[in-house]
Amino acid sequence: MSWINLTALWKIVVFGLVAGAGLPALFAGGLYSLSLGPNRARAAAAGAEGGDSDVLVGGSVVGMVLAAIAFLIILAAIGWCVYEIYTLGHPSPAKK
Amino acid sequence: MSNDTVLVLVVITALAFDFTNGFHDTGNAMATSIATGALPPRVAVAISGVLNFVGAFLSLAVAATIASGLVSTGKVTLTVVAAGLAGGIIWNLLTWLLGIPSSSSHALIGGVIGSTMAAAGGSAVLWHGLVSKVVIPAVLSPVIAALVAACGTWLLYRITRSLTDGARKHGFRIGQIGSACVVSLAHGTNDAQKTMGVITLALIANGTLDKGSNAPVWVITCCALAIALGTYIGGWRVIRTLGKGLVEIESPQGMAAESASAAVILLSSTFGYSLSTTHVATGSIIGTGLGKKGAQVRWNVAGRMATAWVFTLPSAAIVGATAYGIAYGVGGTVGVIVDLVVLAALCGVIYWRSRATKVDHNNVNAEWSGGVAPEQVPAETAAA
Repeated sequence: MSWINLTALWKIVVFGLVAGAGLPALFAGGLYSLSLGPNRARAAAAGAEGGDSDVLVGGSVVGMVLAAIAFLIILAAIGWCVYEIYTLGHPSPAKK
Repeated sequence: MSNDTVLVLVVITALAFDFTNGFHDTGNAMATSIATGALPPRVAVAISGVLNFVGAFLSLAVAATIASGLVSTGKVTLTVVAAGLAGGIIWNLLTWLLGIPSSSSHALIGGVIGSTMAAAGGSAVLWHGLVSKVVIPAVLSPVIAALVAACGTWLLYRITRSLTDGARKHGFRIGQIGSACVVSLAHGTNDAQKTMGVITLALIANGTLDKGSNAPVWVITCCALAIALGTYIGGWRVIRTLGKGLVEIESPQGMAAESASAAVILLSSTFGYSLSTTHVATGSIIGTGLGKKGAQVRWNVAGRMATAWVFTLPSAAIVGATAYGIAYGVGGTVGVIVDLVVLAALCGVIYWRSRATKVDHNNVNAEWSGGVAPEQVPAETAAA
């Protein structure tokens, strides 16, 4: 009879950090690569003059591809989590 | 099949609790998206409602904890369950009136434990299960969530520091909507199961189901509907405290908070911990305030919440025990009916009180002026 399940605790902390902070960081990385390219310099110039641009796409093809990969990984991770929870949450289909 | 009238009453009360659970907790998922303007308030609660419904079907691990891990099911009668639910509902509504995001799960668990103790004494409560599955996770989960959210916030600002403010806001609003959706799903998975657990407990107590049974499909469906409807109604008072009261939130912080909440809630559900989504969401929001330089956490608001959290289990337990006392004193089916009439009357009073300082989708984002109810502002400014 233990009061704290330490195995569960460290798993929650570690996987929590990976999924809860890592995935949004990956999303941020995606936004960053998306912003690379010529449009970005223009947006920065506009920003310097006091204007503010909310244009996300910088125009670099490599950047866009990298961003797409990042976003796809995130979607896949979410999909996989939901699937795992579904299978773990319905453990014994044999039981009536 | 000992007493079907009482069983029906208990199921109705349980669904009523599930409904209050939904609207009390809408803010956990959607408060930050509403506060940053990523989603219009009405749209946010609609999306959250649908996802809560879907989430309810996703897992049954937590329902099992509630049904078997906290009180010895042999001692539980239908009257006990009804009284426990009354305790949970009253506490949920009181904290909603005050705009405090307290834990619906603790309200429910406290109520059931109080009524069980009144009925069968302290030995009927599985104290070890209560402490290891409820109390300890309740203390740890907000801290873990705050840590994850603080790391996330720091990373997000760091990685996107070269973007223009406008682009960053735009990008993270999209991310925020996605992460808030996952939290709604997680909430349905986690919280709808608690009511399923209670109804299952009642069905077992009545002899309708065998001991150790899983929740039947009709129970899952009804609970999913009740929580979705509650979510859609939207607990605007709590949304306001979470979104505006604790920390002034920007969209990267919103995304960091929601991602941290989603990760911690889903991971814990997997281990069968019936932890409070409210505690996690609050921890995450505080974490985003800690992770961003210059952001300010309103610790007095956080302190008020923490106080309410400490009181939730015992207070709901006292109401649950009192409700059991009334039902037992009157006796039989009539006793349970008297309980529910009193419950309905109290709910009416609380609702009536809330009308005096109304918070709804129009003024939910008004400037925080120290209290839940915003100061009176002309309608057109409030809507903007």
